[in-house]
Amino acid sequence: MEMIHVEEISTSALRSRQISSIHHLRQISFTPKRSKKSEVIYKFTQQNLHACKLSLTPQLVISLFLLMGIIFVPIGFVALHASRSVVEIVNRYDTECMPDEFKSNKVAYIQDISVSKNCTLAIKIPKFMKAPIHIYYQLDNYYQNHRRYVKSRNDKQLQYGLHYIQTSSCMPEEYSNGYPIVPCGLVAWSMFNDTYSFVRHGAPLFINRKNISWKSDRDHKFGEKIFPFNFQNGTLIGGKTLDPTIPLSEQEDLMVWMRASALPSFRKIYGRIEDDLDADEVVFVNIGNNYNTYTFGGKKKLVLSTSNMLLGGKNDFLGLSYITTGFSCIFLAVFFALLHVKNQRPDHDTSHFSWTRKNTIS
Amino acid sequence: MPNRERKRDKLRWSKIYTFSCIRPTAQLDTDDAPFSLQGPGFSRVVFCNQPGFHRKKPFKYTTNIISTTKYNVLTFFPKALFEQFRRVANIYFLFTAIFSLTPLSSLDPFSMVAPLAFVIGLSMLKEGLEDWNRFIQDLKVNKRKVNIHKEDGVFGKIAWQKISVGDIVRVEKDQFFPADLLLISSSYDDGICYVETMNLDGETNLKIKRSLETTLLFEDGESFKDFKATIRCEDPNPDLYNFVGNFEYAHEVIPLNTNQILLRDSKLRNTSYIYGVAIFTGHDSKVMQNSTASPSKRSKIEKKMDHVIIILFIILSLISLISSIGFAARIKYSMIKWWYMRLPDSRGYYDPSNVAYSSLLHLVTVLILYGYLIPISLYVSIEAVKVLQAMFINKDMHMYDEETNKPAHARTSNLNEELGQIETILSDKTGTLTCNQMDFLKCSIAGVSYGMRTSEVEAAAAKLMATEISSFTENSPKSHQVARAESCLGNNDTVQQAGIKGFSFKDDRIMEGNWVQECNADTILLFFHILALCHTAIPEPNEETGSFNYEAESPDEGAFLIAAREFGFEFCKRTQSSVFIQEKYSASRQPIQREFKVLNLLEFSSKRKRMSVIVRDEEGLIFLLCKGADSIIFERLSKNGRLYEEDTAKHINEYGEAGLRTLALTYRKLDEEEYYVWNAEFVKAKTTIGSDRENMLERAADLMERELILIGATAVEDKLQKGVPQCIDKLAQAGLKIWVLTGDKIETAINIGFACSLLRQGMKQICISTTNVDLVSRDGNRIAKENILMQMDNASQMIKLEKDPHAAFALIIDGKTLAYALEDDVKKQFLNLAVDCASVICCRVSPKQKALVTRLVKEGTGKTTLAVGDGANDVGMIQEADIGVGISGVEGMQAVMASDFSIAQFRFLERLLVVHGHWCYKRIAQMICYFFYKNIAFGLTLFYFEAYTSFSGQSVYNAWYMVLFNVILTSLPVISLGTFEQDVSSEVCLQFPALYQQGSKNLFFSWYKIFGWMGNGLYSSLVVFFLCVNMFDSQQFCVGGQTADIAVIGTTMFTCIIWAVNIQIALITSHYTWIQHAFVWGSIATWYLFLLGYGMVSPIISQDAYLILMEALGPAPIFWIATGLITVACNLPYLAHVSYQRALNPMDHHVIQEIKYCNKDVEDKLMWTNEMNKAIQKTMIGFSARVDAKIRQLRSKLHRKHSSSMVS
Repeated sequence: MEMIHVEEISTSALRSRQISSIHHLRQISFTPKRSKKSEVIYKFTQQNLHACKLSLTPQLVISLFLLMGIIFVPIGFVALHASRSVVEIVNRYDTECMPDEFKSNKVAYIQDISVSKNCTLAIKIPKFMKAPIHIYYQLDNYYQNHRRYVKSRNDKQLQYGLHYIQTSSCMPEEYSNGYPIVPCGLVAWSMFNDTYSFVRHGAPLFINRKNISWKSDRDHKFGEKIFPFNFQNGTLIGGKTLDPTIPLSEQEDLMVWMRASALPSFRKIYGRIEDDLDADEVVFVNIGNNYNTYTFGGKKKLVLSTSNMLLGGKNDFLGLSYITTGFSCIFLAVFFALLHVKNQRPDHDTSHFSWTRKNTIS
Repeated sequence: MPNRERKRDKLRWSKIYTFSCIRPTAQLDTDDAPFSLQGPGFSRVVFCNQPGFHRKKPFKYTTNIISTTKYNVLTFFPKALFEQFRRVANIYFLFTAIFSLTPLSSLDPFSMVAPLAFVIGLSMLKEGLEDWNRFIQDLKVNKRKVNIHKEDGVFGKIAWQKISVGDIVRVEKDQFFPADLLLISSSYDDGICYVETMNLDGETNLKIKRSLETTLLFEDGESFKDFKATIRCEDPNPDLYNFVGNFEYAHEVIPLNTNQILLRDSKLRNTSYIYGVAIFTGHDSKVMQNSTASPSKRSKIEKKMDHVIIILFIILSLISLISSIGFAARIKYSMIKWWYMRLPDSRGYYDPSNVAYSSLLHLVTVLILYGYLIPISLYVSIEAVKVLQAMFINKDMHMYDEETNKPAHARTSNLNEELGQIETILSDKTGTLTCNQMDFLKCSIAGVSYGMRTSEVEAAAAKLMATEISSFTENSPKSHQVARAESCLGNNDTVQQAGIKGFSFKDDRIMEGNWVQECNADTILLFFHILALCHTAIPEPNEETGSFNYEAESPDEGAFLIAAREFGFEFCKRTQSSVFIQEKYSASRQPIQREFKVLNLLEFSSKRKRMSVIVRDEEGLIFLLCKGADSIIFERLSKNGRLYEEDTAKHINEYGEAGLRTLALTYRKLDEEEYYVWNAEFVKAKTTIGSDRENMLERAADLMERELILIGATAVEDKLQKGVPQCIDKLAQAGLKIWVLTGDKIETAINIGFACSLLRQGMKQICISTTNVDLVSRDGNRIAKENILMQMDNASQMIKLEKDPHAAFALIIDGKTLAYALEDDVKKQFLNLAVDCASVICCRVSPKQKALVTRLVKEGTGKTTLAVGDGANDVGMIQEADIGVGISGVEGMQAVMASDFSIAQFRFLERLLVVHGHWCYKRIAQMICYFFYKNIAFGLTLFYFEAYTSFSGQSVYNAWYMVLFNVILTSLPVISLGTFEQDVSSEVCLQFPALYQQGSKNLFFSWYKIFGWMGNGLYSSLVVFFLCVNMFDSQQFCVGGQTADIAVIGTTMFTCIIWAVNIQIALITSHYTWIQHAFVWGSIATWYLFLLGYGMVSPIISQDAYLILMEALGPAPIFWIATGLITVACNLPYLAHVSYQRALNPMDHHVIQEIKYCNKDVEDKLMWTNEMNKAIQKTMIGFSARVDAKIRQLRSKLHRKHSSSMVS
């Protein structure tokens, strides 16, 4: 009997539902047709725009991790290989080029103009080096990125020369002997002035010192008609002097130097050797050891390096970190796969609802 | 009387009303002498009809222009600017901006000033727009037109703002009073007028104002030609209920009181027109004096955010300090050796001999530099997001009420997320849960109950019964759905009730004149006569229907008159002394009009709880007709008048249980002689002067209202608003506690409690009252308090001892008891008890008590409270609560004006909280967390770089990158997260109200989450910086052989950060519309486009970023490879963490997302509905005992019906 009543009630409820759904239908059919644009606006204001919902299901997560692993590990190996294929020779010379008698007083040696600063290094090429071979000087413990140093330059002056007089940023290398300095500022003033020349088989090896700077520097940043003026004329001589007959746009060493390095240990390009160097070949380098790094204990190194399409220079770090990340991804994929297997949770598993959990606990 | 054109209003109310005939007439009020108005506070002089005097000093008063704006053109800038800098973070940004103008800053001043200007400008713009809207609103009010006396008796229209003190104003029916006026005369002969003060106090009933006898003569425009008088009165003050002043006219001084004062913003009703003199204009008017700035509220999340910002400040100071110490060490020990620095510096920035000074300056530098830790754009983004969220709330069609054409309105946008964290709702009853519309539903006449329709309580019971039965038949998904569908449908008896408003009665026995055939026809006739005669209403002919509308003082009375009309006794006319009734079903079957002479009228007051009229019918017989509360009436019955007492009492009880309001109707026949003896005494009492008059009148009335003969009772339904029970059920499922605070009596409140299933089966009702305490005794207070404490102790003990974990308690307390319970030493105990109870109902509470209870809950529990109400009596509560919601229903706008959100119907609260609240909470919480993450990830890289520059304060990024980071490159995705994110759709929110708990438990803005995100930021910054630095190290990075400089490394790092934070937000987002896609991917694309474009402009502007993408980075594969690696590496732990959490401890919305994602809800409907029910079961313990009884009753009825149908 009881069941019959139930049916009675539920059918009446059904009926009322039908009625209401009819009402609903009617309402819909009566609403005026909206244009497509206003339909979108309506959906927008009702926060009802079509959306794809991302749900991090185990399958998705596992395949995502796996995918990343599969992509990253090969890239890592390729990068590592590329890095390993680069031949790089680093020679520290600031100590070797120091005559023994000055070992105790290096600063006096470097500041003494009368002493010859030339020294010769023999470099044995360990592996075949394909041209072009880049020549770098490397300075350590040199803070080119220091705020005082970075700021001490004037881009407008470099481009427009003496027409541009507002050079207060160049302090304390703004004026010398009452005349403005071009190029002004500490950066230009402290320019690196060691020189290298290479000898192979008794004959000088040609070093191409053109095109070592960025093209944009030559074309736009350093003025074509701006010549060095009143440079290194002060009481304190910093680094290299510039030939006042060559316009700034052709002073590539300056351009390279003026690009402030990010780290206190940096390399800057000096030139290129455009011949291949064979393995076990010995190359002699005549170094003009002029630059003072002795005061602050900085190191000077000469670097020869071939280059590589992918990475440029020799650096295993990139490849290694790619491999590490890739393997972490694969590891995570495996981990989640195991978790998924062990903790078999179907997609529609509802036992994790807080209400269900609470009930089972209590 | 010549020139009188008052055609219809020939009423002398003063004669009919007994208790309010207090007209101060000069000759009578000897003891009520004019006030001596001297001294401070009583300096105002008004020269009536001579506004010229008020044009210049010393009588120049405020004009009638009102302005609610915060600023004007001149003050806007300084004031709004000052407002902005009340935020601590903004002050910090201001300082950094100022210092950035000095050489101390390593950043471009532009990069510091521009964002600040942008942020502050935007906030000020918002402030300005809001103020502009207020200005426009004021303008509308100021430009309203009204008639004033110009000269020589001619009236003309002017704008409200032009009214000056002393002007004679003519206000027409249904217009608002433009200023506080002294009533001179009205369209009624005796100078009364009706005023609706809804805007002032929320009361809908009409109030009567009376002019002075002296000024009655001035009844048309002409007569004001030479009118001159002086008013001396109090200065402007906010007291609405008092007025002190004297009226000096024709060498007479007459005292004024509040009876003659018409307050601005109240409305003239039922009176064709009035004349009045403006006394207080503009901001002097009482209503303006009363307006208080609503307290500014801040959400919990925002308060917590302040703490987080303080933590960030500490971190910022810490790393700045570390940097400065590092700097000092460097400058002292190593930097002097760096010849290329050319130390010492002439300006002292790098002075090895004065390290302290240099490092102090440096501290300022790095404080500015690391400022990116504190998200400058956070405030402005949050503000923008909240405005958009508010827009969504305002536009939501599901919260739009078609009947009243009112959408929901977020009046303050800064509390949106608080909507998702509510734990307690404090609700008003009348007008909020109920419609404040009375429907005549049932009556009991001569011991017989009439009226077939069911009340909503009964209907609800029937519906719930259907649900319950279907839940017995588990596992049949169909019945489940049916039941659910039905409970979702809301009121399906609306079809049934589509009839006359205020009348839902249906019973063929007495309708359509059939009552003549009933055996007690005489008594029924009398019953109808009482309905039609015993009231104070005025009929208002309705042109459309040809019948009458009634302007009654209370909705009950209106329902009675409509009922009488439907029964065939149409009250059609009221004159000075008579009431006319059109009887449709007389003996002759012809409509006839009967006249009843009204001899006396004994008004209703809440103290008396009854009202009576004494009438003489056409045959000359005198009757006293009386209606009142049963408790009062029953003790006044005569011996032979108790014939129907037993039956009627039973019926009244039944009606009460069905949630109806009842009144008992009685009469008494009077002898001519008896009446005259009493009347003599009554008139004597009436003419008595002095304070005793009221008492004497009451005594006289009391003498008359005895020996009554009971004939029946009426039952009127206080209609619940649409969908209220369903809404309350849902809110309860969402884990919210609902307290009802009502001014109604305890019985009604309990009835309504059952009707909206606030009280359920298995709930033990704890009633705390003072009824059994003798309050008259000297220690009444103390004893009462002790008694209450004892009751509460007992109740607490009971709750403690209760073993059943599912037991629920309900606390019911009345206002008198509450007064004690709210005292300082008791309130804690009261609160503890109340918190243990599932629902709390407070009856008979005053507006102040409402506010006090709200404060108690808010401060005592420390949880978020929401107060919802519709009347002026709820304003206190609305302002006190964390969130005030106003129902923009029939009552005035006071509650709405004070509220933070307004909705048209209570049922919209469900969507407002469960959908919008839930969304807004999650959006804001995630948004803020993300903000911290992204700024830490970015800001810390600057710090690491410092270590490599010997803490010099050099930034690794181009200034422009830093400007754009917060403003353009990462702002839109986070705004889209805060605006559009939906963890689950609105339907699911409504289907699973339990999801709301995530907000009240604050799962998304807990310290765990905040620190988690900060940790994520720290990790990302480390990854970005160290991977980048090591990858670029010192070797050449491109085929050309060039090595990386600051620009290359900085740009690469920045690119990585842009990718990492944007991918991060893509991972947070779970709801992708095209907007999210556009913003996230657009932001990344914008960065490259910017880099390209910025690199093209002159190197003077772009500096080291000149052609950087085109020339240096673009062709270098390492740039792209590094970006990919770092982006993935940054987001790997987050992804792993989230996946792990999801796999092992998924949250409710995760499971739902998965179900939805796999379409399981469509494929497996049974599981889906089962889950829905399971989520509900936790809170749906059962239904009320009374409802249960009804269920049994209905069931047996069904049973009977069914068996009878079987037989047939």
